[in-house]
Amino acid sequence: MASNRVNQTVFTEDMKKDYTILVPDMLPIHFKLIIEIFREYGYNMELLQTSTRSVIDEGLKNVHNDTCYPALLVIGQFMDALKSGKYDVNKTALLISQTGGGCRASNYLHLLRKSLSAEFPQVPVISLNFSGLEKNPAFKITPVIAIKLVYAVMYGDMLMSLYYQCKPYEIHKGSADRVLQNWQRKLSVLLRKNRYFNTKKIYKKILDDFSDIKRTKKKKTKVGIVGEIYVKYSPLANNHLCDFLISENCEPNVPGLLDFVLYCASDALNDSRLYDTKTKKTLLFKIGYDILYKFQRQQIKVMKEHGEFAPPHDFEQLRRYADKYINQGVKMGEGWLITAEMAALAESGTKNIICTQPFGCLPNHIVAKGMSRVIKNAYPDANIVAIDYDPGATKVNQENRIKLMLANAKI
Amino acid sequence: MKNTIIFHNVNMNFNLVLRRDKSNLGMENFMKKIYNLGIDVGSTTVKTVILDGGEIIYNKYERHYSKVKETVAEQLKIIRDKFKGERFKIAITGSAGLGIANTSGIEFVQEVYSAFVAVNKSYPDADVVVELGGEDAKIIFLTGGVEQRMNGSCAGGTGAFIDQMATLLGVTPDELNELSLKSQRIYPIASRCGVFAKSDIQPLLNQGAKKEDIAASIYQAVVDQTVSGLAQGRKIEGKVLFLGGPLSFLSGLRRAFVTTLKLDEEHAIFPELAPCFMAYGSALQAEQIAEAMTIDEALEKILNAKATDNIVVGEPLFKSKEEYHEFVERHKKSDLKYEDINTYKGDAYLGIDAGSTTTKLVLITPDGKLLYNYYCSNKGQPLDIITDKLKEIYRLLGDRVNIKASAVTGYGEDLIKASIGIDYGIVETVAHFKAAAHFCPNVDFIIDIGGQDIKCFKIKNNAIDSIMLNEACSSGCGSFIQTFAQAMGYEIADFANLGLFAKAPVELGSRCTVFMNSSVKQAQKDGASVEDISAGLSSSIIKNAIYKVIRAKSPDELGKNIVVQGGTFLNDAVLRSFEMEMGRNVTRPAIAGLMGAFGCALYAMEKSKAEGLEKSNLISNSELDSFSYRSTSAQCGGCGANCNLTIIKFNDGHRFISGNRCERGAGIKTGDLPENMFEYKYKLIREYENIKPEKPIAKVGIPMTLSFYDMLPFFHTMFTSLGFEVVLSEESTRETYYKGQQTIPSDTVCYPAKLAHGHIESLLEKGVDFIFYPCMSYNIDEGENDNHYNCPVVAYYPELLKANMPVLNDDNFISPYIDINKKNHTAKAVSRALKKYSVTKSMVYNVLDKAYTDEVRFRRRIETKAREIISNARSKGQKIIVLAGRPYHIDPEINHGIHKLITSLGLAVVTEDSVSNLIDVPPLDVLNQWTYHSRLYRAAEYVTTQPDMQLVQLVSFGCGIDAITTDEVRAILEENGKLYTQLKIDEINNLGAAKIRMRSLVASLDEKAAD
Repeated sequence: MASNRVNQTVFTEDMKKDYTILVPDMLPIHFKLIIEIFREYGYNMELLQTSTRSVIDEGLKNVHNDTCYPALLVIGQFMDALKSGKYDVNKTALLISQTGGGCRASNYLHLLRKSLSAEFPQVPVISLNFSGLEKNPAFKITPVIAIKLVYAVMYGDMLMSLYYQCKPYEIHKGSADRVLQNWQRKLSVLLRKNRYFNTKKIYKKILDDFSDIKRTKKKKTKVGIVGEIYVKYSPLANNHLCDFLISENCEPNVPGLLDFVLYCASDALNDSRLYDTKTKKTLLFKIGYDILYKFQRQQIKVMKEHGEFAPPHDFEQLRRYADKYINQGVKMGEGWLITAEMAALAESGTKNIICTQPFGCLPNHIVAKGMSRVIKNAYPDANIVAIDYDPGATKVNQENRIKLMLANAKI
Repeated sequence: MKNTIIFHNVNMNFNLVLRRDKSNLGMENFMKKIYNLGIDVGSTTVKTVILDGGEIIYNKYERHYSKVKETVAEQLKIIRDKFKGERFKIAITGSAGLGIANTSGIEFVQEVYSAFVAVNKSYPDADVVVELGGEDAKIIFLTGGVEQRMNGSCAGGTGAFIDQMATLLGVTPDELNELSLKSQRIYPIASRCGVFAKSDIQPLLNQGAKKEDIAASIYQAVVDQTVSGLAQGRKIEGKVLFLGGPLSFLSGLRRAFVTTLKLDEEHAIFPELAPCFMAYGSALQAEQIAEAMTIDEALEKILNAKATDNIVVGEPLFKSKEEYHEFVERHKKSDLKYEDINTYKGDAYLGIDAGSTTTKLVLITPDGKLLYNYYCSNKGQPLDIITDKLKEIYRLLGDRVNIKASAVTGYGEDLIKASIGIDYGIVETVAHFKAAAHFCPNVDFIIDIGGQDIKCFKIKNNAIDSIMLNEACSSGCGSFIQTFAQAMGYEIADFANLGLFAKAPVELGSRCTVFMNSSVKQAQKDGASVEDISAGLSSSIIKNAIYKVIRAKSPDELGKNIVVQGGTFLNDAVLRSFEMEMGRNVTRPAIAGLMGAFGCALYAMEKSKAEGLEKSNLISNSELDSFSYRSTSAQCGGCGANCNLTIIKFNDGHRFISGNRCERGAGIKTGDLPENMFEYKYKLIREYENIKPEKPIAKVGIPMTLSFYDMLPFFHTMFTSLGFEVVLSEESTRETYYKGQQTIPSDTVCYPAKLAHGHIESLLEKGVDFIFYPCMSYNIDEGENDNHYNCPVVAYYPELLKANMPVLNDDNFISPYIDINKKNHTAKAVSRALKKYSVTKSMVYNVLDKAYTDEVRFRRRIETKAREIISNARSKGQKIIVLAGRPYHIDPEINHGIHKLITSLGLAVVTEDSVSNLIDVPPLDVLNQWTYHSRLYRAAEYVTTQPDMQLVQLVSFGCGIDAITTDEVRAILEENGKLYTQLKIDEINNLGAAKIRMRSLVASLDEKAAD
């Protein structure tokens, strides 16, 4: 039950028609596709891509400063947008995700409401969750939308992976970006027009287009990026880490979002195994998990057959990696997934790994910094560096540490 | 690949030379060699080394005073003049060199890598390299798997840290070194961070600890930080090479390293070339990666390089001179009237504020006019300064004036009061409020930014209503600006004025002074002007105060009449930044820096009038002449805490003891102190140690850490009923922490978690058969909550221990995943884990009821005791504090005896988990999904229903979850008119800030009661 201190405006059916829903930008490639899907169902969504200093200042002002950086940025970005005058604050809603795990992130939505309460009590906050934490009568993830979201994630993952496998090597500047933009446009149309099912065909076309990009054969240092999900993906949070790596003659390797989705889906299965709790819900999760995993297998297969690009990690394989170092019962935040991804990267030849994390991230004490020793023992040439992100951390400081890692790579 | 590049170079040179050849330069030029030049641009210095075929033929070391580009250019010009017409392969290294290299296109080598290359070349048999620089600390392991490490973002232990500490002691870094060599004892000083260390050192200074000992303790802190924070489990042994400025210039630091690492002369190497080692490495690297050029070509590249646009700028403080004049005129209204001390006849009142970094004295007339004032840095010797100034006052006063009463406040209150006969000692907040009300009778918000602390308080109905103090992390803002100005060669006032008309103040962040310091350095490297930095610093300090300490979202939350004070506000740039950030004008008294002392004088006047005191007990002029004291140190044996005491003996024979947490060490009878749940609960938990089965199957060790302070009764009963002997790890002390320190992988995790490593070591020492430490995602479901998780650290710390403590294996460390809410599953999981000892599921199942019962019984005992404490306190008229945190906060090494401090102030102490059963969960605006934290909300709600109760929240530094709970607990309390007090704790041993806060709380409660 909520107190009287904080206002809770519910997003209603009435609002649907003329409200703009602001969405924080975590993964530029994926989220653009996702927004298109929701547009099709009558939600007028807009991706926030502001990155001015006032975003951080608003975050500092509105959120307890010891809260993790992602909360600070997301809420700061929302507050900054509402104050910018660009949006009619009486016709704006905010969308924020909620996982319901034991990490602080499940509370972002509540912190956002607290921040809005004084100045913008009329602005509704919509929770994007798949666990029934908050009910939004006018914002329902129908099975059809859910399926489309899964496809958007898979296509997004493939675009992201191929883009980073081409961008550092492109001979004609901008050619990888052109292919990416082209496919983002195409996929938006396909998703809207319900012509997205034939993944095999579409994957092949995407692969062909990317492989047509003229690339040098020069060897570049591969650098894997793992970490807390927002800092790992969002250029705003990680000071454009991928761009920096490309400028340092590296090839960034960012594991996809589907792994995280599978990680969330596997949680119920792990819990039922560890704590002997088998329910109907577990069965449903099992079915969902199997379908998602099948999707991933297919993508891997198509990419392998095509032969030119490295496919994503196989999730079942990731789970086996995890078992070597950490129990899959570690399920808060990104949990065992981070450890598993580090191991998978090291195993598949990407021995340089940056672990991005918000300063003071609780799960990362265990799964990232806490596990790098055992990963290094298993892969003596693994070169892992943990980088903290925070409003006070300087870019030079972060870059210097990354450079040290790159210098280590040469030894 | 590399070969082709080199070939290519040779060809190019060949072409060039050929062309030159045409201009008749002669054939010897063709053979002319190419030198290698390494430039190391560190955070404070520029080092250059020139190699001729691997031989060092030139090296130089120069401070750059943040004028990086200029200094590098200067050094290059020196080289150009010395090596006329020669060509060089150049590589830059160093933290500040990155920017120059990037923009100029000259090759860059990461500095740790440079060191690695250099060491490989000149000390191929070295095993480990330790390098301390201005702002970074690095370690390279060469044998047994090459590994290079650098300190994380949040770390002290570097040259800048040592400089800062020297300034704090009022000595030069060289003098600090000299002092350290004469030390007799070492005090524990938090080593993780400069800000924290400062909070440990300041009270030591104020209590009169010897500078020699403090100096050595500072070095020891640096060593500890390097050994634990950087090495993280890898042993620093074999041949160790020490590099970097501080290690080559400071013999005391060298000594500390060698002693701690137990190295002999043969194994501790301090190369003569140490300061220039990285430059040497980059010169070696240049041979491989750089193209040859003349110095002039290099100069051109560097000087023509475009500045980066990394700098984020804010609004100027003043747009015009007129605006500034209006500002100055407005603040002139808050001036004070003066009276000439040389002619004045009559009564006077003395106020002293013995602050953490500064000492302030004020003498006023009965009508509030200022006769005398003094403000200076206490240079670690507040008592000397005060007695000195008293002599001066007596001389000026002659026999015309009678000092009727005197009062003192601040960190040094106890010492000063005891030594020179001051009549009253008062809490700082009260002193500040008294003074502020003098200037602005209807003041409703006061913010005081001193050298060390930021204090804010709201005033309601003429009483202090809520107090906000900064935590350790944001302390030292005020003195930071001063230290920084001095380092830049400015007087603080001049430096501040520079910022007033800065066009583009730099954004420097607001986390803490360590982060600000590195932001400043970066801004300087990016070419920001001193003006812009000065203005930027002012704004950073204000943002720190508003965002972190006050946590105000809008100015209306603060009130209409705001008084700002504290020495830092004398800086017009700081004042202006505050007004701009709040969007309203405020009152700054002209004596902003003296308000504590002024408030004391006013208080002395009020109080003495009420008590009819005619003459102050202050030490007389003649007594002053013979006044002397001697300070010694000792360790209290009163209880297990073993507080480090400083004993000051005065010439008249009386003594002053400080450093003690409770009253026992001070030689005061404990008498009828209020009861204390912390002690009761801790005793109850430890008593389980004595329960043992007759013929144990095996010895199981339980580390007394994190959730075991809550779950021990359950697991202990389970194990003893199964026939195991349960061994508890030792009671935590600082030693426990040191024991496991080397295996802590994350230096920002909370202190309670860090202690776990030591507890594991302790159990292994005790010779247990195995250690039992389960992973528990879920805690006990106490109902009514959204979920019942543990926090990620509590839930999974065993995984981390297993991965980072090499002594642990599947055999001696058993850590099943358990959800004890599920009986059948628990039986299964535990039996599976104990298979080796032939424990079956049904055996476990059969004892679980007993275990559950004992857990409940334990809880009931605590709850019953709480009711008893509360009713006893009520019968004696004592107020009650719910000291709310986590179960593990009863660990004396974690709470540092805060509960004792509270009872010594006459308040009874109960815990959150002993009263949370008395009420339902209140309406909340957060996801209530953690069991321990849910107890906090209920305890807060309960406190709001009890007029004589207050809640004090204990927060462990680094507890991310408390970033959420603290705001919520505060909201629950304040909505119902209760005060919210938060005490942040870490490994820091210093209770100074906690004491001030608790005394402020008591003072405002008393004031409210008096109303």
